[in-house]
Amino acid sequence: MPLSRIASQSHASNLLKPLSTALSLRRSISSDSTTPLTIETSLPFTSHKCDAPPRAVDTSASELFSFFRDMATMRRMEISADSLYKAKLIRGFCHLYDGQEAVAVGMEAAITKKDAIITAYRDHCTFVGRGGTLLEVFGELMGRTCGGSKGKGGSMHLYRKQDSFYGGHGIVGAQIPLGCGLAFAQRYSKEENVTFTMYGDGAANQGQLFEALNMAALWDLPAILVCENNHYGMGTAEWRASKSPAYYKRGDYVPGLKVDGMDVLAVKQACKFAKEHALKNGPLILEMDTYRYHGHSMSDPGSTYRTRDEISGVRQERDPIERVRKLLLAHDIASEKELKDLEKQVRKDVDDAIAKAKESPMPDPSELFTHVYVKGLGAESFGADRKEVRATLP
Amino acid sequence: MATLFHGVGAALTPFSASNKLLLPSPKSESRGAIFLHRSDARVNHAFNLKPATPNQDLFIPNAVATKRETSTKSGHELLLFEALREGLEEEMERDPRVCVMGEDVGHYGGSYKVTKGLAEKYGDLRVLDTPIAENSFTGMGIGAAMTGLRPIVEGMNMGFLLLAFNQISNNCGMLHYTSGGQFTIPIVIRGPGGVGRQLGAEHSQRLESYFQSIPGIQMVACSTPYNAKGLMKAAIRSENPVILFEHVLLYNLKERIPDEEYVLSLEEAEMVRPGEHVTILTYSRMRYHVMQAAKTLVNKGYDPEVIDIRSLKPFDLYTIGCSVKKTHRVLIVEECMRTGGIGASLTAAITENFHDYLDAPIVCLSSQDVPTPYAGTLEEWTVVQPAQIVTAVEQLCQ
Repeated sequence: MPLSRIASQSHASNLLKPLSTALSLRRSISSDSTTPLTIETSLPFTSHKCDAPPRAVDTSASELFSFFRDMATMRRMEISADSLYKAKLIRGFCHLYDGQEAVAVGMEAAITKKDAIITAYRDHCTFVGRGGTLLEVFGELMGRTCGGSKGKGGSMHLYRKQDSFYGGHGIVGAQIPLGCGLAFAQRYSKEENVTFTMYGDGAANQGQLFEALNMAALWDLPAILVCENNHYGMGTAEWRASKSPAYYKRGDYVPGLKVDGMDVLAVKQACKFAKEHALKNGPLILEMDTYRYHGHSMSDPGSTYRTRDEISGVRQERDPIERVRKLLLAHDIASEKELKDLEKQVRKDVDDAIAKAKESPMPDPSELFTHVYVKGLGAESFGADRKEVRATLP
Repeated sequence: MATLFHGVGAALTPFSASNKLLLPSPKSESRGAIFLHRSDARVNHAFNLKPATPNQDLFIPNAVATKRETSTKSGHELLLFEALREGLEEEMERDPRVCVMGEDVGHYGGSYKVTKGLAEKYGDLRVLDTPIAENSFTGMGIGAAMTGLRPIVEGMNMGFLLLAFNQISNNCGMLHYTSGGQFTIPIVIRGPGGVGRQLGAEHSQRLESYFQSIPGIQMVACSTPYNAKGLMKAAIRSENPVILFEHVLLYNLKERIPDEEYVLSLEEAEMVRPGEHVTILTYSRMRYHVMQAAKTLVNKGYDPEVIDIRSLKPFDLYTIGCSVKKTHRVLIVEECMRTGGIGASLTAAITENFHDYLDAPIVCLSSQDVPTPYAGTLEEWTVVQPAQIVTAVEQLCQ
């Protein structure tokens, strides 16, 4: 039932400001409303050595609306990155997160910016969820100075220290011990914060995971290990790589929870539960059952090891954004048109960010030698041509 | 462990003790003329020297190190591992963010007693006994350093840190760069390495040759109680990741060090013995082999300048360059293997920068490119011995 409302124009920035609601007489809930809603998750949680949290999730209209907006932004960002890669503006490796947005968004809803997140190389959306701007993402992907790491890191090295986002790591599994180190520091300084250490089903077979898990459990570190199980480690299906694909049980003495990773409310509930658990009892494993529509990276078509029917099947039945859209419509929080307008706005924002990033310059050659060491050592560094390229490490 | 080098005078350095960051004294003592007695009984004037003094003055009693006046006669005597512990303890006292993690560092007191007593004083979380999982506890240290803690990760033997190579190379060395300067990793990775007494191939590794290419880290090697304490403190205070290489056989060296607090510079080399004829560059245990050879050399009439390079990455090319410009001959004595060791890189660096000042090609004496054997005699011949150093200097100075 379309109603008139005043939509505020938002400028090119990261995420949209919410549409301001006009008087909605026939609307039961407005998208700004913070009246609590309780919605059931689509599937129950499966637990290992702990009590599963309840299926009923407390949320609100505005929160659901923000979920939709954030996930739509992330989806649009990843699709645009796909086009930019094909246009050869993004080079090297580009690992896209579309399909998995619910994990990033649901997690953010349950925690604060003081809780730390560390993830692997599929980090664009996690970065944005933590507060990174679209400009910083596109700038970094295209290697410009406006990028989050000044163009020197690339797709796999997005970091945001002020919002406790610790990256962005290229080597599979190497971020897991780092994540335990973050939790160790939190325990050391006696902060009441937790660390979400994310990894994939491929990394779940790394030895360092079990080493880190042992240490986290031994010292009751507030570490939550989140396995984003998209069922494929690059081209190898999980059943071909793992003897036991029940990753939430792999912790043995560490409790685990299996969550429907395409349901943002389930993710939120699980992360909230995990945070409470970790602060009291030490580490926990969350397995997010999710799916990626793209291949492992842009160099992987993604169809040689799975059928197109499977991909479109998941898209039809389990797409996270569609699920939230249905909820919004069912609870009368927003109309079809509003959501379509929102998606158009998101598309515009993303395009604006890309245009702005394209204008940003490439790093100056002197930047080659900055940030190698923290303070100037006065040590000289030479390029490949040792006679000419020469700089003193600043 | 046997005290091998008890009271060797070579341990004294020309630094004067003060509370501030110490700088090396740039001047070397000038010596009188030295005649070279050649094996064919001819006597030649040595190079660049003032008018000769009579031949009887050829034997210089103080062949080993220059003894400078240390401003404090008090000081206290201790062994190298105690000096490391002292430095560590002072830094832990000073900054609550400093913590130690490693295998058996806590309740056991450290396999070489470097952390003895610290766990009782600072608690189990600050002096953390880790399980045997080098890859992940090194990674954990790096993750903690990203948040601002200052961990010191101990490898029980440097060779075990090969398991943590990924963490050291990618996360430790490169994170500051790939994050565009957002994160600093003020971690210290330390442990004993080098060829010991028949410890076998896997426990006698020289990791400095493997780590030297990693961008973003600094590497230092300590050789005396004095520089061990100073370098430990400097490494902990540094904002960069520092790898501190200790040596298994040097832990029981005894020396008198100042009572006052002192911190050494991580990027500077140490002038052990100024000289005129040849520059001998060395570090860690080989310093003592060189000083032993120096005694023989001086008795034979040579005047070697011995520099303990200490800073393995980056090299202190200033001190080294000043020395090369003076002596025009370089001998590098190292414990790394010939292929791809510190000596190989140093040879390249000196050739590139100071080629015009060299009168002879640089000679680099390194360990053999073999796994260190167990048998004592074979092991002895894997590393450079003083006799070989003497021969090399003689050949270089012809």
